[in-house]
Amino acid sequence: MRSDSKIKTEEIKIILATDCGSTTTKAILIQYVEGSYRLTHRGEAPTTVEAPFEDVTRGVLNSILELEELSGHNILDGENIISPAKDDHGVDIYISTSSAGGGLQMMVGGVVKSMTGESAQRAALGAGAIVMDVLASNDGRLYHEKVQRIRQLRPDMILLSGGIDGGTVTHVVELAEILEAANPKPRLGMNYKLPVIYAGNKKATDPVKERLSKITDLITVDNIRPTLEFENLQPSRDKIHDLFMEHVMAQAPGYKKLMSWTDTPIMPTPGAVGEIIKKIAETENITVVGVDIGGATTDVFSVFQGQFNRTVSANLGMSYSVCNVLAESGFNNVARWVPFDMDEADLTNRIGNKMIRPTTVPQSLEALIIEQAIAREALRLSFEQHKEFAVHLKGVQTERTISDAFEQTSSGETLVNLMELDMLVGSGGVLSHAPRRHQAARMLIDAFLPEGITQLAVDSIFMMPQLGILSTIHSEAAVEVFEKDCLIRLGTCIAPVGKTKQDHTVLQYEIYLPNEKITGELISGELKLLPVPYEPIKVHLTPGKGLDVGAGKNESLETKIFGGVVGIILDGRGRQPFNLKNDTKLRVQDLIKWSENTDEYPKQVTHHV
Amino acid sequence: MSRSYTPGLKILSRTKIRKQRQLPLKGIVHLNVGDEVSPDKIVASTELPGNVQMLNVANKLNVEPENVPECMLVKLEESISKNQIIAESKGIFGMFKSQLKSPIDGTLTSVSAVTGQAILSEPPVPVEVDAYTSGVITDVQNHEGVTIETEGALVQGILGIGGENRGILELATNSPNDELTKDMIKDNHKNKILIGGSFLKMSTFIHAKEVGVAGIISGGFDYLDLSNILGYSLGVAITGSEKIGPSLIITEGFGKIGMAERTYKLLSSNAGKFAAINGSTQIRAGVIRPEILIPNDDVNGKNIDYEEADLAISSGSLIRVIRAPYFGKVGRVMSLPTALSKMESETMVRVAEIKFEDGSIEIIPRANLEMILT
Repeated sequence: MRSDSKIKTEEIKIILATDCGSTTTKAILIQYVEGSYRLTHRGEAPTTVEAPFEDVTRGVLNSILELEELSGHNILDGENIISPAKDDHGVDIYISTSSAGGGLQMMVGGVVKSMTGESAQRAALGAGAIVMDVLASNDGRLYHEKVQRIRQLRPDMILLSGGIDGGTVTHVVELAEILEAANPKPRLGMNYKLPVIYAGNKKATDPVKERLSKITDLITVDNIRPTLEFENLQPSRDKIHDLFMEHVMAQAPGYKKLMSWTDTPIMPTPGAVGEIIKKIAETENITVVGVDIGGATTDVFSVFQGQFNRTVSANLGMSYSVCNVLAESGFNNVARWVPFDMDEADLTNRIGNKMIRPTTVPQSLEALIIEQAIAREALRLSFEQHKEFAVHLKGVQTERTISDAFEQTSSGETLVNLMELDMLVGSGGVLSHAPRRHQAARMLIDAFLPEGITQLAVDSIFMMPQLGILSTIHSEAAVEVFEKDCLIRLGTCIAPVGKTKQDHTVLQYEIYLPNEKITGELISGELKLLPVPYEPIKVHLTPGKGLDVGAGKNESLETKIFGGVVGIILDGRGRQPFNLKNDTKLRVQDLIKWSENTDEYPKQVTHHV
Repeated sequence: MSRSYTPGLKILSRTKIRKQRQLPLKGIVHLNVGDEVSPDKIVASTELPGNVQMLNVANKLNVEPENVPECMLVKLEESISKNQIIAESKGIFGMFKSQLKSPIDGTLTSVSAVTGQAILSEPPVPVEVDAYTSGVITDVQNHEGVTIETEGALVQGILGIGGENRGILELATNSPNDELTKDMIKDNHKNKILIGGSFLKMSTFIHAKEVGVAGIISGGFDYLDLSNILGYSLGVAITGSEKIGPSLIITEGFGKIGMAERTYKLLSSNAGKFAAINGSTQIRAGVIRPEILIPNDDVNGKNIDYEEADLAISSGSLIRVIRAPYFGKVGRVMSLPTALSKMESETMVRVAEIKFEDGSIEIIPRANLEMILT
């Protein structure tokens, strides 16, 4: 809380929180009602970092105006937030997250790309940054190419690491010399020095200072990789957050004013979402994959084996970078999810128009179906990138015994194991605001292809960023609102894994509801929905021949699962491999059937489009 | 009364235009506040650092890195020429010396006793910024650039490619709904800026390029053609640095879309006048839209500007729909209901009740409306 703020945590009864996204600014009002904190209202308005406003606070005020209009609660006195709350107006605290203005754009450097380079990348990503490039001694580029690249990218901040403590000095100093030669300038503003964080070999600190302290704003923190076996990311992440506020945000249009309004420092949106994902994994003691699909970027978070990882796919988003999704996935991959025939020029023009008018919303069902098809591809591509990045520490020597000889785990192998995944959580406009929760469930399943038994959830109205920052100052309120108003339990997906044959049984199921037992068979290629509310349910599952549903190949499984607002989705379409039919007519037939079976779109209109 | 803020593009017949002309790095500003400028006048200049070359002196001379500084024959910041001997090892008893020649003309900028590397810089690259438009300098940002003020017409497009260009505006179509075709582009259109209509094909653009047209303004264009011109799929709308020949400014969007009547009328009424255009677009992190700027020397004209409040849609506002199924249609706001409404897509959104020019009334999401400033 702001140092001059006199309010104590227990006195906080009304909280205003905003998230300034690249496209929309979202405001929420949290109130203490009948003994608990609840989300009461939400407002939104286009973000106004662009001309003619060029002042983020306009969008913030507009979103608060909408909140006032919807809630009838008076928050503003002209352009001032009334605080603390008195009678029926004002709020006790105001907090905000932000990813507007392009977010935090960083370059990182390390000696070996896959070791200290990756550690630096993990630190920056975990702090909520977009990593524009990773410089490394062994990245294959010539010196002058690296220098040119730094000059051209003009990052907001650089994190330089390299060498374990007591290890190489020469290579680290070499990286510092490249930075010195490039003499990098910040992206925003000409009148301040570029912040550079040095988090490498202690022994190289002095020569690095010698080269960089005059031309940059150099800050030294503890080594990010003091030994090969240990990563120490927190000091770098904390410093990135501090500098984000002090340097980067202060340069963006209107942020100085916004910073003076908030009671706690503004946090980068992805950093705040990461806080919430970690909290879910901790409190429920589960493995989690979370995704936040935004207008410009898609962030994927995961907690496997207690390790938190975040990746940001900088150019995979639903508005500003929607054409890049199309470019990276290709027309056919998007079109395969659309249950009607589409002309390539028509589809690309529609998607192009979304890119150039990013704040528009789909009015027709056809437009919605196309957007959700692109979302599947954006999510799939982002998850592919995440799997490649969320890996065991590379370069670690592991002692092996004879019993390990048949295990393939090695340094650098991905931590993401879909069969081990307990919960998949989605956030971001296209998932949170999908007109039917069934659509969010289908997008998550089709994009991530969860294996075995996986719980699905979605951020109700896209408020994880605000709750993430709230959790850092008022954990109780954040957790209460998260449980009661934010996390919507969609249900559970059950998907047997392995090669299937046409028309063969892939799963036999017995589901014990409180007053009823449901039994049945799932045939290959089928997708079924059993509407079951959120409650623990005993199930007995027997996979088809050669298939695995979580207990091993051909092994039956008895366990407890949860329903949800959508229910239990039995997915017999196959995993490893999952394929859609190549023939357009047959594929469209399948898509319509699956859509009808899962209550995805209004039936009469599905046939109409 | 309910109001809703909406993004809007400037289409102004006469307004005060301020252009910031900034250097990429600090440098020299050549003019002062009050100076009058013509479009080609150089207002500021600087030098971008030259390319660097790193030489592993320790390796080449076969000496330890800590001995490299004493082997250097030139001082820091000293000029060097290509093939000049810049370092020499001590050898054994003064014999068997190794020498190192400079691979470039430039200066020696750094020598490291830790890595044994020397950094050589090529000569700096001069950069000049011109005025782009005629007008008067109203502000000088020390060492960074100037602000030029002028009066005239300003039209913003939705997306452009190609950077700055200039020339005389020429009407090439008969209506905003005409497609600009190859046969409409004549040899005398060289160095001109053509006002098109609803669309142009890739082949027309190539023909315009061959003729030497400076710029084309069109209502629509195909996304796939745009990718073909650029040589890659435009993933994120950040453009301006590509070298494609004529600058292309799209005023409405992708596909065949008639240019907004108002835009077409305004541009046509300025045919024969000088225009500066810039296709640079950045729809992210501080949006930059492409623009057509037509300076007007007539001192008697009346300026029309607008306030921020004018961008708030309210009852009676003139608007245009910017997304299917009513894309491009113009109408007036009848009411702005507070409650959320359900669309065909089942999306719950805040809406506006719109009466179109043909008398029909439709409910449209507020987010899909664009204000038309009059």
